Formats: sequence, structure tokens, C-alpha cells
Amino acid sequence: MSGQAGDRGDASGAQWPLYEVFVRSKRGLNHVHVGSLRAADERMALHHARDVYTRRNEGVSIWVVAAADITASSPDEKDPFFAPSGDKVYRHPTFYDIPDDVPHM
Amino acid sequence: MTTTEPDRSELERQFEDTIGRDQRIEPRDWMPDGYRSTLVRQIAQHAHSEIIGMQPEANWITRAPSLRRKAILLAKVQDEAGHGLYLYSATESLGADRSELTGKLISGKQKYSSIFNYPTLTFADVGVIGWLVDGAAICNQVPLCRCSYGPYARAMIRICKEESFHQRQGYELLMTMMHGTQGQRRMVQEATDRWWWPSLMMFGPPDADSPNTAQSMAWKIKRHTNDELRQRFVDMTVPQAEALGVTLPDPHLRWNAERGRYDFGEIDWTEFTAVIKGNGPCNAQRVAQRRRAHEEGSWVREAAAAHAEKQRALRQVRPGEGAA
Repeated sequence: MSGQAGDRGDASGAQWPLYEVFVRSKRGLNHVHVGSLRAADERMALHHARDVYTRRNEGVSIWVVAAADITASSPDEKDPFFAPSGDKVYRHPTFYDIPDDVPHM
Repeated sequence: MTTTEPDRSELERQFEDTIGRDQRIEPRDWMPDGYRSTLVRQIAQHAHSEIIGMQPEANWITRAPSLRRKAILLAKVQDEAGHGLYLYSATESLGADRSELTGKLISGKQKYSSIFNYPTLTFADVGVIGWLVDGAAICNQVPLCRCSYGPYARAMIRICKEESFHQRQGYELLMTMMHGTQGQRRMVQEATDRWWWPSLMMFGPPDADSPNTAQSMAWKIKRHTNDELRQRFVDMTVPQAEALGVTLPDPHLRWNAERGRYDFGEIDWTEFTAVIKGNGPCNAQRVAQRRRAHEEGSWVREAAAAHAEKQRALRQVRPGEGAA
């Protein structure tokens, strides 16, 4: 953030913090990231999230998380962070040859 | 973790590869400065259009002819606010600052769609905005659901779902009026006459005068040219006008069997340029209203921030209380 309030922004120069919004669309599904919004505090963030992201019954549960509190991996597709899982084909069931006539495998 | 810093040409190649494979660019990916600034400009302009777009119809909420129409209009205007917020959220993922963008809108440094500088003279205008203006917006926006920038594409998917309600409520409103009195039918025709040409201008200048289109298409931000989308809109709308029983105000509009599309008349681009430059019927009023709302709301934003600060301080004194 630039910290600059804009041409005719707020006198205080301060902006409400950014929150990321996660919505569970129905029971049995995970919360999924839907976007972000700005709010003065967590409670207001929840109310705004309801009004902005669930106007048509899109959710039964909402999480809001201050964007500043999120720790993320590097976005690089070739990130060595993910290398440990790349060469372990034996973690997948298709790695194992089983005769076709063995049932329920 | 230390990794060797890939050089710029390698980063560019990875970016081009991702675009070439029709995959999405996500916020923390490397991207060329031009890609980033083009997106910020386009998405901000789009967000501003949604926010300013609340005004022409909001004027009719208190004068809607029934409780049903009032509830519908209220929900629609609230949607426009939501669309603006989804889009500001997308600009922030590119590093833009939301309050700075609002500053640019109310100081006239950034534009919004020229269509919202026209007045809504009768309640029929509310219906025609839903039918034609939101119809044109859908035409423009459906391809944006496949835009190469992930957060913009995802915002557009949400928006397009909601716009469909906007267009249908408008068309239904007009059908109701067309089944009403002679006077009501005249209102619908007059509103159609007022909005038809400005709606065609919503697709932007003709391809020959749209120098940024080629780069935007190469980056897969845009998927079709302005003229292609305009033609698609005309082809979709003519049968809707016939079903409604109104005449589109263009003597040159006719089916071209050879092309399999409708031919239509020349657009008055001098009017378009004048409105973009700030000389439309309502430019000054729209920006002044947005500025007033922003400035008169500043004490609310400040009070909320002060309250949040106070609550945080209280929690530090009495830890454990208030935690959910």
C-alpha cells in the first residue's frame, strides 16, 4: 500500500485494513476464497462479507482473515518448495500393477 | 529459502508460456509492467462505472410505481455497488490502492463508462437500462470471464451471473408497460430512442481507432474487438425489440442475408468523444454526487476506525474477553 490517501482521500490518510474472505457454500464443502474487502475490524469485515459476497444464498459460513496475517508460498510454478512431491510416483495408486481379474482393487 | 533470481527474459518467457497455454496469471506472478498497468486502468474504470452506474437508477427508487418494483430496483442498485467492490478488490490484488482510485474518480482523473452520463427521464428508462445497457454490458463482460488475469476473470463470473437478473427485470418491466396504456407504450419507445445509440457506443471506438486492442488481445485480456462485440449485441437485440414491439431508431438497420448479420447505421462518434471529455448531459452531476457521498461519509469511516482501535486496546487490557 502506498499510504497515500489519494487526491481527495480521507483526511486521516489511514485506510481500513484489507481482509480476505472465504465462504462455505453449503454443508459438506470447504471454505473457498472469494475475494477481499476493507473493514475497520473483524466484525465489520464479516458483515461486509455477507453483504458483498452472499447476497444470493452463496454461503452458510464465512471466514475473514486479515490479509497481513496470511503466510504464503512463493508463486513460482517451479518452486523447489514443491519438489519433494514431484518424483514420488509410488504415492499414487496407478503406480501398482494388479491383474485385472482381482476384484475390488 | 534461497533460489537463484531468474533473469528478466526467463520471467517473460514463463509469463508468455502461461498465457499461451491459456492458463491464468495470478496476483503474485511476475508480469510485464504494461500488463499490470493496462489491467489496473481497465478494472478501475470498470469499477468506477459500476459505482457511478448506481446513480441514474437510484434516482427512481423513491418513485418506483409499486413496492415490487421498488424492491427489485433496490436489489439491482445494491448489486451494482457489489460489482464495484469485487472489481476494486481485483485492482488491489495488482497493488493498486482503493482509496487512491476513489480519489482519481472524484477528481476526474479516471473515467467511467460514458453511458452513465445520460439522464433517466421516466420510469421507462429504468427498464431500458436493464434491457439495453445491461444487455450491452453482458455482451462485453461474458468474454471477460476468460480474461487471462485470474482475479478479474473470477469477479466477472460473479458479475455476469447477477447481470442476467438485471437484464431480465428490465425487459419484463418494459413488457408490462407495453401491455399498458398508449402513454406507457410511448414512454418505452422514447426511452429506447434515447438509449439505443449510447448503448452501441458502450463497446468503445471502432477497431480502426482502438490502438490498444491488439496488445490487449495478445495478452488475452480482451477476447474480441469492439466492433465484433457491437455487432453481436445488435444481432441479439433486434429480435428482442421486435418481440417487445418497439422500433430501434436506425433507418439503416436491416438484415443482411449474405453476411447473416444485421447491418446498421453510422454511429455519431463526435457525441461519444464529447461525452468522454466531460460534456455529456450529466457528467458534472455524477462526479459531484460521488464526491459528496465520499466526503460526507468520511466521519463514519473515521469513527469506525476509532472504535476498532478502542476495542483493540480494551482487548489488550483484558485478554480473553471478546474472542470468538
